[in-house]
Amino acid sequence: MTANGKPRVAVFKMASCDGCQLQLLDAEEALLELAGAIDIVNFAEASSHVEPGPYDVTLIEGSISTPEQVEQVREIREQSRFLITIGACATSGGVQALRNVADTDAFVRTVYPTPAFVKTLERSTPVADIVRVDLQLTGCPVDRGQLLGVIASLLRGALPRLSTSTVCAECKRRGFVCVLVAKGEPCLGPVTITGCGALCPGYGRGCFGCFGPSQPPNTEALAARFLELGLSRREAAERFRFITGWAPAFKAAADALEGEPREEAVT
Amino acid sequence: MTHRSVEVPVVARVEGEGALHVRVDDGEITDLRLEIYEPPRFFEAFLEGRHFSEVPDIVPRICGICPVAYQMSAIYGLERLFGVQVPAGTRELRRLLYLGEWIESHVLHVFLLAAPDFLGYDSAIEMAASEPAMVKRALGLKRIGNDLMALIGGREIHPVSPRVGGFSKAPRPADLQAFVPRLEAALDEMGGIADFVAGLPKPSFPRPAEMVAMVHPDEYAINEGTLLSTTGRAFDAETFERVSREEHVEHSNALHSMMADTGTPYFVGPLARINLNAGRLTPAARECAERAGLSLPETDPFFSMAARVAETALAIEESIALIRSYRPPDPPMVDPRPRAGRATWTTEAPRGTLYHRYDVDAEGRIVKAKIVPPTSQNLRHMEADLRAFVPSVLDRPDEELTRLCEMVVRNYDPCISCATHFLTLDIERR
Repeated sequence: MTANGKPRVAVFKMASCDGCQLQLLDAEEALLELAGAIDIVNFAEASSHVEPGPYDVTLIEGSISTPEQVEQVREIREQSRFLITIGACATSGGVQALRNVADTDAFVRTVYPTPAFVKTLERSTPVADIVRVDLQLTGCPVDRGQLLGVIASLLRGALPRLSTSTVCAECKRRGFVCVLVAKGEPCLGPVTITGCGALCPGYGRGCFGCFGPSQPPNTEALAARFLELGLSRREAAERFRFITGWAPAFKAAADALEGEPREEAVT
Repeated sequence: MTHRSVEVPVVARVEGEGALHVRVDDGEITDLRLEIYEPPRFFEAFLEGRHFSEVPDIVPRICGICPVAYQMSAIYGLERLFGVQVPAGTRELRRLLYLGEWIESHVLHVFLLAAPDFLGYDSAIEMAASEPAMVKRALGLKRIGNDLMALIGGREIHPVSPRVGGFSKAPRPADLQAFVPRLEAALDEMGGIADFVAGLPKPSFPRPAEMVAMVHPDEYAINEGTLLSTTGRAFDAETFERVSREEHVEHSNALHSMMADTGTPYFVGPLARINLNAGRLTPAARECAERAGLSLPETDPFFSMAARVAETALAIEESIALIRSYRPPDPPMVDPRPRAGRATWTTEAPRGTLYHRYDVDAEGRIVKAKIVPPTSQNLRHMEADLRAFVPSVLDRPDEELTRLCEMVVRNYDPCISCATHFLTLDIERR
C-alpha cells in the first residue's frame, strides 16, 4: 500500500502484441474510476511515471522468450504480493509458442538476415513455468470485463471466481446456431473455456480456442469428430496447435493426432 | 573533452519496448542508436506451412492496436492471388471497419500517448485530473471507434469476422444505423479537438523528407491504391521490395527500411498520407486540418498529431456516409479456391503503409511470408530526425532533453511490437 492506503498496481509486458494491456486503456472511463481507487505505479505503455516495487497487484502480459525475461520475471515475482498473468501469451506461451515445435535457429534465419544479432530462447513459455503465479486470466486478448472484475474483487479483498464452463455450453445458452453441426465447420467450443461469450460461433464461425482448454477437455472425442468431418490428421492437429497450442491439453491433442502416420504418407 | 550521457531505460507511452542511446562529445553527437529490445516473435516463420484461411487469425496478433490493418493487408493480397470475387458491399464494410480502427488508434495516440508530453504530464490519467472535460471527450470518441470495430469484427482487439472471401457475419443495418447519432455528435466536437491540438506548445522542426503513402483516384486511400512518394517515386505492392529495402542493424530486433537505390530513409504515416492525399480530404477533415494549424504540404513531424486529428474527422465523416448507404453483403462471404503463386498487398495502417507478401502453394498453404510494418519503415527516419534535432536542444537539462527526444520519437507513434519482425533513453554527454 502507498501512504494514501491505495494498493500499488504494476503492469509489465514480455513478448506480446500489447493487446491485453490495451484492454486496460480501452476501459476508458472505468480506467479513470479505477485510477482513483489504486495507484498505478508502473505501466510503461500508459505513463512515464515509474516507481520501483514492491507492488500489491502485478499484471503480466506476454510470454517468456529471452534470457533477460527469465531474470526480469523472477525479480517481478519477488516484488509482487499478488501476481496475475493476463492473456494467452503469459498463460500458455501465446501464438509465438508455435515456434516451440520447430527449429528456432531456422526461424531466426527466416526472419532476420543477420541471425547473430538476435538473442532468443529455444521456447516461448508461460510465466508460470518460471515463477509461481497467483491467478491466470486466459484469452487472446483477455476479456476486458473479466479483467476489470478481477481487479475490482481484489480491491474488495476477495478472490475472484472465474467461470469453468465451455464456449460450447455458453453458445447453447445464447441460442447460437451450432457451426459444427449446421456448417460442418471444426469448432473448438466443446473443449475451450468460456470468457468470450461464445464470440466466434455468434459470428458464424468455429471457435479457435483463444481462451485455452477447459477442465477437463475431451479433446479425444473432438479430434475424432474433426476426422469424421473430413479433416486430415494434420488439419485436425492444427486446430489444437494454434493460439493456445502450447497449453498442455491442446498440445497433447495435437501430438496425438500428428503421432499417427499421415494419410499422405500411407498412399 | 566534455562528455555527456543521459540514460532513460524505457521510453514510456509507445507500444512495445525500446530505448534510445545518445552520446555527445564536445557538443557533437558521436553515437545515436534507437534500440529495440522487444523480443522477436517470428511470425513470418511460423506462418510457413499454415493454411491461408488461418492467416487472418494469426497476423492481427502482431499488434493489438492495429489488428485490422494486418488482417486487411493479408486478406486483400490473398484474395487477389486467388481471383476471389467478394460479395457486393464487402469493400465498403471493410473500409468502415478500418475507419473504426483509425479512430480508435489515432485518439489513443493523440490523447493517451502524445498530448501528456506537450502539456508536461506523465500520463493521460494525470492529465485527466486537470483537463477532465477534454480527456472525457477524447475517451468517448475513442469508444465510438472501438464499438464500431466490435460490432463489425466481434471484438475490437483481434476481430474474428474478417475472412479471406468476406466476413463470417455481416452486421444488421439497424445495429450500424445506431452509430449515426453518436458519430454526428462526435463530428461536431472535432473542431474543438483540433483547436486543442493547435494550442499545444511544440518545437518548430521543419524537415525536408521523403514521405510515402498510398494514393487512390477516388478516395483517401486505405485498403486499395498504389504508392507515391513526395519526391515523385510511383510504385505499388508488387514492386515494393524493389523500391524499399530492409537492413538488419546490430542494436535492434527490428529491421530498418530505406530506399533501395539511394539508401536514404523515408517515412510513412498520417503526415505522409495527408500531404499526398490533400485533394481527397472530406470537408470536415479539411476544416480540422486548418484549425489544427496544418498548411499543406507540411514537413514538420511535430504536426503528425494535427494530421491524426484531421484523419479522425475524415474517418468519422466517411463512416456516417458508409453506414447510411450500407447494404449487408449477402451471402456475407464466398468460399475461396486457393491457387499457387505470390500474394502482395499494402494497406494504410494507422501508423502508415503496411506491406505483406505471401508465397502460397496449390493447396493454399503458406510457403513463405514477409511483413514490413510501418514502424520498421520509419525507424531509420526517426534516428535521422533525432540526429538533426538533438544538437538544437543540447543546452537543456537532461530531464527536458529526454522528454523532447521522446516527443520526436512519438511523432511517429512507433509500434514496437509490430516492428520486431523500441525506448529506453540513454544519453551520454562527454
